[in-house]
Amino acid sequence: MRIALIGRPNCGKSTLFNQVAGYKANTGNMHGTTVACAESRVRVGGEVVELVDMPGTYTLGGSNPAEAEVHRYLGRLPVDAVINVVDASSLPQGLELTLELLPLGLPVIVALNMLDEAARRGLRLDGPGLGARLGVPVLPLVASKGRGVRNLFLVARDSANQKRLPAEGAPRTSDARERHVLAEGLAAEFSEQGERYLTLRDRLDDILLHPVLGYVALLAILLAFFQLVYGFGRLLEPPLLALFLSLADRVAGLFAEGSLWQALVLGLLQGVAAGVAIVLPYLVPFLLGLGLLEDLGYLPRMAFLMDSLMHRIGLHGKAVVPFILGYGCNVPAVMATRTLEEPRDRYLAAALATLVPCAARISVVFGLVAFYMGPLAAMALYLFNLLVIALTGRVLSNLMPEETPGLILEMPPYRAPTARAVINKAWFRVREFAVEAMPALIVGSAVLALLEFFRLAAYFNALVRPLTWLLGLPAATGVPLIFGVLRKELSLIMLGQALGTTDYSSVMTSVQMFVYSVFVVFYIPCIATLSALKRELGTRATATIAAITVLIATVAAFAARIALTALS
Amino acid sequence: MRLTEVETAIWVTLVGIEGNDGAEKKLAQFGLFTGDRARVVRRAPLGGPLLLDAGGREIALGRSLAHKILVEPSACGSP
Repeated sequence: MRIALIGRPNCGKSTLFNQVAGYKANTGNMHGTTVACAESRVRVGGEVVELVDMPGTYTLGGSNPAEAEVHRYLGRLPVDAVINVVDASSLPQGLELTLELLPLGLPVIVALNMLDEAARRGLRLDGPGLGARLGVPVLPLVASKGRGVRNLFLVARDSANQKRLPAEGAPRTSDARERHVLAEGLAAEFSEQGERYLTLRDRLDDILLHPVLGYVALLAILLAFFQLVYGFGRLLEPPLLALFLSLADRVAGLFAEGSLWQALVLGLLQGVAAGVAIVLPYLVPFLLGLGLLEDLGYLPRMAFLMDSLMHRIGLHGKAVVPFILGYGCNVPAVMATRTLEEPRDRYLAAALATLVPCAARISVVFGLVAFYMGPLAAMALYLFNLLVIALTGRVLSNLMPEETPGLILEMPPYRAPTARAVINKAWFRVREFAVEAMPALIVGSAVLALLEFFRLAAYFNALVRPLTWLLGLPAATGVPLIFGVLRKELSLIMLGQALGTTDYSSVMTSVQMFVYSVFVVFYIPCIATLSALKRELGTRATATIAAITVLIATVAAFAARIALTALS
Repeated sequence: MRLTEVETAIWVTLVGIEGNDGAEKKLAQFGLFTGDRARVVRRAPLGGPLLLDAGGREIALGRSLAHKILVEPSACGSP
């Protein structure tokens, strides 16, 4: 048996899905966090049910890829029943989709979600009355607290088993306008608005969306966010590295000095160390913080505030989310461009998001620039990065004239995030990193060790010597740059191997370290990002973006070299 | 008059949407149709979007989109 969850964005489908499926879906208090369908097997009263979490959709005839996914899915796979999750606080809008679902010829169960919030807003709903009129069961639900979940699934299972279709005589129409009017009428009939007072939301928005204070708050929030991430990372990185170093010493003693096995095993170990000691200390707090902002409902506020700035680089406010995600990892950033309607916007946002330094590249910036030249230099590199992204956006958007109608986005109420949801979401993303990125990292590190062992590195270095010469870098930086394509943090780890020391300041000048970091931040996205780009935009666009990034990296690094040499 | 010209907190009725039906379709997907009542709650500075209160929900609309929406002031007060 297969049951599908359908509802408008931000109505709590994924929250419900997570309640029963054990955190497989990405929930977030922003429209469009689920961009693909998630499936899970769940047990309902002793029966195994395939549960499908559909991306949020306003209508079945939607235009963005996340919405098209819903349509594709419903057309392709047999679904035995549909649970329509409706945010009780916005009944008129939610019912429009319900009215669209009724004629599909499937059992439909309506779940009125977030009833607690509706009650706080002074809204009283007549669920049974509404159910009688629609000819389908209408059930109460507070998915975030697990209330009503069990009953909902039992009813859904029975409806599916008995193929209980919506009763005849229920209102239905195929015209969107008529649905709108009908839904409004139904909502007015079966809900009653009591006293509505100035809510916490209004008071918070007065500050957080204020024309001046809003930006101060935005800056403060982002600064605090990155400070915390950086602080945690700095706290954890050195002891973890030391741990791996002593481990490496011990392991090295097990093999004959200078043997192939010793080189190989040490290479593998270095790969593990890179992921665990250098990436995770930054990635984990980053994902926790992001999950918190997401669930609080702050991301759409950011989109609202940043819309006019984003317009200057040819995009609109919604595209701010891929950028923020990009600071964690470019892969989810590229995937998040799916919530943008226009192909042009998706292309532009994806191309620019790959220029955002992800956690791996942040580790290079911190490991080289911040560590040897101080946090101010790292900050300068960030500002330089933003400048380059803005310039690139200007140039690219001039090449692709804008034809989009602009930003449109629902502003959800603030919601208190639950620790469980935030932690599990971060865990889910970390696991993704461990499964998909770590193997590449470890293999890449081992391959490099072999290259060193057989003294092949010189050939690779010679291959990219024109580039390293142009940027005034030591020839040995060629190999780490090439292997950085596998995983960006390899550019730091392998730099140690290539130069034969981890005290980089003994072999590189500060200018060289800065120039090297600039190049690493911008050039070709890592292999995982490339494959995400290919999935979203196709091979040609991916190749173009890769070429553009190399060009940008070279120009930016060269400019940095000239400027810094002149300064010092 | 256009939605972009309306003062904050004034209730208006949407009476028309300009341009080819792209904008109208997009608004319809968010449950905004002509005949609906709404009011501007906030504006972002520097030509940023405005925040529309429609039926108890808040929807952010980019200026270019809001500019295409023609409105008429409603009778004073409540929605």
